[in-house]
Amino acid sequence: MTASDTLGRQETAAPAIELKGISKAFGPVQANKDISIRVQPGTIHGIIGENGAGKSTLMSILYGFYKADAGEIFIAGRKTDIPDSQAAIAAGIGMVFQHFKLVENFTVLENIILGAEDGGLLKPSLSKARKTLVELEQEYGLNVDPDAVIQDLGVGMQQRVEILKALYRQADILILDEPTGVLTPAEADQLFRILGRLREEGKTIILITHKLREIMETTDTVSVMRRGEMTATVKTAETSPAELAELMVGRKVLLRVDKKPATPGEVVLDIKGLRVIDEQGVERVKGIDLQVRAGEIVGIAGVAGNGQSELLEVLGGYAVGTGDIVVSGQPLDLSGKHSDGQSRRRSGIAHVPEDRQREGLIMDYHAWENTAFGYHRDPAYSKGLLMDNAAIRRDTVGKMERFDVRPPDPNLAAKNFSGGNQQKIVLAREIERNPDLLLVGQPTRGVDIGAIEFIHQQIVALRDQGKAILLVSVELEEILALSDRVAVMFDGHIMGTRLSAETDEKELGLLMAGVGA
Amino acid sequence: MDFLALIDLSVLDSTVRLATPLLLACLAGLFSERAGIFDIGLEGKMLAAAFFSAAVAAITGSVWLGLLAGIAASLALSGLHGLASITFRGNQLISGVAINFLAAGLTVLIAQDWFSQGGRTPSLFGGGRFEGITLPFAETLRAVPFFGPLYYELISGHSILVYVAFAMVPGTWWILFRTRFGLRLRAVGENPAAVDTAGVSVVGLRFAAVGICGILCGIAGAYLATGLQAGFVKDMTAGRGFIALAALIFAKWRPWHALWATLLFGYLQAIALRPDIIEGALGFQVQVQLLDALPYILTVVILAGFVGKAIPPRAGGAPYVKER
Repeated sequence: MTASDTLGRQETAAPAIELKGISKAFGPVQANKDISIRVQPGTIHGIIGENGAGKSTLMSILYGFYKADAGEIFIAGRKTDIPDSQAAIAAGIGMVFQHFKLVENFTVLENIILGAEDGGLLKPSLSKARKTLVELEQEYGLNVDPDAVIQDLGVGMQQRVEILKALYRQADILILDEPTGVLTPAEADQLFRILGRLREEGKTIILITHKLREIMETTDTVSVMRRGEMTATVKTAETSPAELAELMVGRKVLLRVDKKPATPGEVVLDIKGLRVIDEQGVERVKGIDLQVRAGEIVGIAGVAGNGQSELLEVLGGYAVGTGDIVVSGQPLDLSGKHSDGQSRRRSGIAHVPEDRQREGLIMDYHAWENTAFGYHRDPAYSKGLLMDNAAIRRDTVGKMERFDVRPPDPNLAAKNFSGGNQQKIVLAREIERNPDLLLVGQPTRGVDIGAIEFIHQQIVALRDQGKAILLVSVELEEILALSDRVAVMFDGHIMGTRLSAETDEKELGLLMAGVGA
Repeated sequence: MDFLALIDLSVLDSTVRLATPLLLACLAGLFSERAGIFDIGLEGKMLAAAFFSAAVAAITGSVWLGLLAGIAASLALSGLHGLASITFRGNQLISGVAINFLAAGLTVLIAQDWFSQGGRTPSLFGGGRFEGITLPFAETLRAVPFFGPLYYELISGHSILVYVAFAMVPGTWWILFRTRFGLRLRAVGENPAAVDTAGVSVVGLRFAAVGICGILCGIAGAYLATGLQAGFVKDMTAGRGFIALAALIFAKWRPWHALWATLLFGYLQAIALRPDIIEGALGFQVQVQLLDALPYILTVVILAGFVGKAIPPRAGGAPYVKER
């Protein structure tokens, strides 16, 4: 039997899910426009699209959170109404949300039975679930300690509990919404192995993501959404990342960062013997030496939690460290009263923090207020004793224009912008201060592909003006694409430094795992 | 100084009586707050229950009808709190404060209108009160050293509601930790989204919890007016609802801890009634006003967080809004 025979036979079977003409509007915003899609049973079907393209709305309709304005849902060939989550569960649909729906201080077992108990008393349900869990573990290789409390588990394990919850409810169709957003690369790989195993056992999987690489590596079929519409459904084997990116964004996208070779100048940042001990008394940075020169981007690669965040925090002035750091010839105060963000800015350091929603912005404040933060003492922003709000607004409008922030409305609260546009606000604030040294943490986390391209271009442009840039990212691809030199951190040490032109993912991956030196 | 003198059988006996309304209110708050609905209206619900139970008992001469009326009044206020904070997603603290004011004003107003005795109900007697129950063999065992008096004085001779309150401690524990309802109730106070996505109604669970809270507050209030005392007087709860809240925090939202916490408060209230014992134990006189203030001082100390970190249910105080 040839491959095409198999395909042909699959397509004659009733699709696991078929949506016909689904539409949903929120006020004037048409989130889903006449969407039709067929998902074949026993396949991994990717749905890709930028933030706000309507992927989550579509899945919420499928899981009974919203009622579609028009359209029909067929599950395994039968027309099905899904008015609430209970109906979705009964139809065999399980959902793994981007933000897990787990009770943090319950055990794994308690979370699994919640809502699917067998009777009024817990004991029989718990012992039945314990048995089922062992079976599921053998069937799919999903091992997890049933008595562990959720808050003691890592995100990868918590996600596994979410998958087990769905399987315990006998889901045949599993929807995963941006499942790798919170995972380390190793955890993501593990997840995809599990999904492969589930597919082998005949489950149907819908994978929602905006990461092209995941789509290319794991899916059988991929549907692309743009502005509420389903623009294409193609076989993954017959498409390419470039084609998908174009379908998503509606124009050609540069997947590689276009940059000239670096021309490093003198040393701007010089770190010697830096150690950082966190609040729990754990040593996070264990004596590192690092230099960043003018006109170069140095990327710090590593699995999250190996000391990169602490390095950025000390440089940004909100963590205490020991050792020597010299910026443009001036030593930094690492623990005294000049160890704060204000002093760092005076030393010519600008900082785009890793967690933009907590450290970079105040989500409830307007965009114009956010662009002034940290620089609110700038004479251009004040009129005598008072702040010159009109001047700040004018300045913000300019920044929004230059950094293509959409919508360009300075009076909108930060939380009302998409992830990419929030990041552009932070970048505009920091880059336009013309710093000698720019610290950038996770510049494109949760940012859609069109904005990634723009953000990368801005960082490279700053480098080409002869500024020093220290980049921290857990996305190895990003590190390789942007950096001129790569330093790999593992367990608080720098395992090695490589020129990015002379290394590859494999070598860096080994260093990230603490192998070799 | 003789600290042992502070452990006096008659003081312990009043401790049990005085702890009973606190315990009931504390468990009431426990159900509500475990489900994510903060309830500072315990005080108001108790007060309303105290009045209506005493009023109905006075009119009908039946304490049981009084109890039912008290529970109904408290449940009505619970429904109001649920409507405001669950259905209309209002601020739970404000709704609670409103209920306290409403109860404080309405009880006196209606009492004056019905009985014209300056905002009181007539004194209750006979079938209008919960009388103490003498447990089996209390008289015969009384002569047995140590155990006898303990059984006769401390355990026997309380009204039925006291036994109900103490039985509610293992009862609450069992419901919370051994039943499906308890699992869901605790879950809805920690992460309502988890309950919602599991296909269970958040609103239904929270109303059930608030309802149980209303029933327990009703019993607490009825006990105050028809068991502990004989009739309703203005503001007779005297902050017991707030003390129960402090005890709830002290107990870290756990049923057995709630028992110990309310017994401690009950003891402080009981010992304040016996300055002679304190003088005997300490060897000097303590101002009665200071003794009366002790439970309240302890409340402030607890609420200020001096008793270690108490982690409230994570979703407590926040109305549940479905996200996509």
